[in-house]
Amino acid sequence: MSENTPLLEVKDLKQYFTINTGLLQSKQLKAVDGVSFSINKGETLGLVGESGCGKTTVGRSLLNLYKPTSGQIFYEGKEIKTRNDIKEFRKKATMVFQDPYSSLNPRMTVSYIIGEPLDVHKLYKTKEEREARILELMGYVGLNSEHASRYAHEFSGGQRQRIGIARALAVNPDFIVCDEPVSALDVSIQAQVINMFEELQEKFGLTYLFIAHDLLVVRHISDRIAIMYLGKMVEIADAEEIYNHPLHPYSKSLLSAVPIPDPKIARTNKRIVLSGDIPSPLNAPSGCPFRTRCAYAVERCAETMPEFKEVSTDHFVACHRTSEIN
Amino acid sequence: MARLLEVKDLKTSFFTDVGEVKAVNGISFNLDRGKVLGIVGESGSGKSVTAYSIMQILTGTGKIVSGSIKYDGKELVGAGEKVMKDIRGNNISIIFQDPMTSLNPTYTIGHQLTEAIILHTDRNKKQAWDRAVEMLRLVNVNEPEKRMKQYPYEFSGGMRQRVMIAMALACEPDILIADEPTTALDVTIQAQILELMKSLQEELGMAIIMITHDLGVIAQMCDEVIVMYAGSICEQGTADEIFYNPKHEYTKGLLRSIPSQANAGKKLEPIAGTPIDLLNMPKGCAFAPRCDVAMKICLKENASRMQINDDHQAACWVNVREAISNE
Repeated sequence: MSENTPLLEVKDLKQYFTINTGLLQSKQLKAVDGVSFSINKGETLGLVGESGCGKTTVGRSLLNLYKPTSGQIFYEGKEIKTRNDIKEFRKKATMVFQDPYSSLNPRMTVSYIIGEPLDVHKLYKTKEEREARILELMGYVGLNSEHASRYAHEFSGGQRQRIGIARALAVNPDFIVCDEPVSALDVSIQAQVINMFEELQEKFGLTYLFIAHDLLVVRHISDRIAIMYLGKMVEIADAEEIYNHPLHPYSKSLLSAVPIPDPKIARTNKRIVLSGDIPSPLNAPSGCPFRTRCAYAVERCAETMPEFKEVSTDHFVACHRTSEIN
Repeated sequence: MARLLEVKDLKTSFFTDVGEVKAVNGISFNLDRGKVLGIVGESGSGKSVTAYSIMQILTGTGKIVSGSIKYDGKELVGAGEKVMKDIRGNNISIIFQDPMTSLNPTYTIGHQLTEAIILHTDRNKKQAWDRAVEMLRLVNVNEPEKRMKQYPYEFSGGMRQRVMIAMALACEPDILIADEPTTALDVTIQAQILELMKSLQEELGMAIIMITHDLGVIAQMCDEVIVMYAGSICEQGTADEIFYNPKHEYTKGLLRSIPSQANAGKKLEPIAGTPIDLLNMPKGCAFAPRCDVAMKICLKENASRMQINDDHQAACWVNVREAISNE
């Protein structure tokens, strides 16, 4: 792996929300509970997990869209702490959202939407420069100049996502959090957008945190993959490694549950079907959060949360019984 | 013997302020007893409207324009609401994509299940209650007696979909239509529900029409597959034929554009262009504007369905050209 410091490093990130559960009563929802990982320059880290596991919250906390409850975030080795740090950081790190219908203001024209980050960060000297930059950005994502004066509602889902990507590129970022960017799109359009992400990465040397629940898509685009369950990181490894040799029992069942679009494989594929539902993050189980659905759970699992440790080079797992069950 | 379900040249349109939207534009297919038929397509392909037409639960401006739907030899189009009420639930049932909104939040699960059973059978309240408990047990809901008294908000998404399946199967229908039954669910829960549907299908011997956009679900569940685009059937055949020997350019494009083992590490090959606008349908083949190998004739005339082999039909001019050049 890279000999330099990683582009982005997250240490023990916690993001708790206070939920009102009744009159004068409240509870802490531990959306993200002590997550650590790093992303190297130019790579794509896929972040997967089921709804409520905290993957979107990780992405948002990372960019300080929520103020993290605790934990440290380092960008190019420098911790992001003060408001000034955050402002500088947001010129280098941007986000593409899941829903291309609600993430674009319907009252604004395409050129206004893409130009807004330029205005906020004062990235141009003259009006002409601003216009030229907007057209350049639109060109990167395959929109033509005549689209500039149209409104977002005039576009299809795939084109809207292109507008969202152009907006994310406006500040010339190094790092983009992609939060389920293709989930709302039709299959035939998904591939267009995935290819565009890959092309832009090559062109601008971008680094992605690619959050998604579609495991086939994540496998395709990611260099490394991180799997979360109920606010905790359960496994991180190289993409091929994690698909071929998942070590955590949750990763195993999650990856085996993916319906493969190939009838012969689907017929012979041995699925590990989990019993039960994901517990509510408001009442997360003690110890390892997965133990209530885990076939290998023992007493120890209820007592302590397993440490997230490196079991082989760059392969991290949080399970007490990694060596026994594999 | 009559086919279980026979759909012939079905046309369903929505009459909107801006014009007629031909959501289903002349489709024909058959379904035999105990088979799982998959209908795959993107948004706007007409797959859900096909299901709603069979059930005759089209809302507002939607209307079956022409065609025939025969259940067990009996014509359903124009049969009237009274006949349909009897068919729905008893003979053909449907479950929907969103288990969050398909249940009434103000009534208990037990109330909603027994209501459906009393409506369709001559069971009394007590018998219906017992049947409901039995059904919940069948779909693997733990402690069914206790769950009967709970409200939908106390159920997770996967559990609600189980309740919907229990309700749909309570009167032992011959056909279960599942409209994107697992799209709103998480992967591990999806695996549970698909497994459940498959085992119930084997146990009860009903036929399933599985409507989905997910080719993975199709591969896992279906004997036979229909591929739809812009309200028409492009291709129909056994699952193996569709996946390993696709004969319509749209199907080929779809299969190329999904990430798989075969294209790992390579660029995906997307289908160019944008999804179809049903208000501005092109002349000729609806897919032609996005097709890489479209010929002149594709832009003028729609190809009719051609028999590729015993298990396979496709409506694509490319096959016609190949057939001619082979002769």
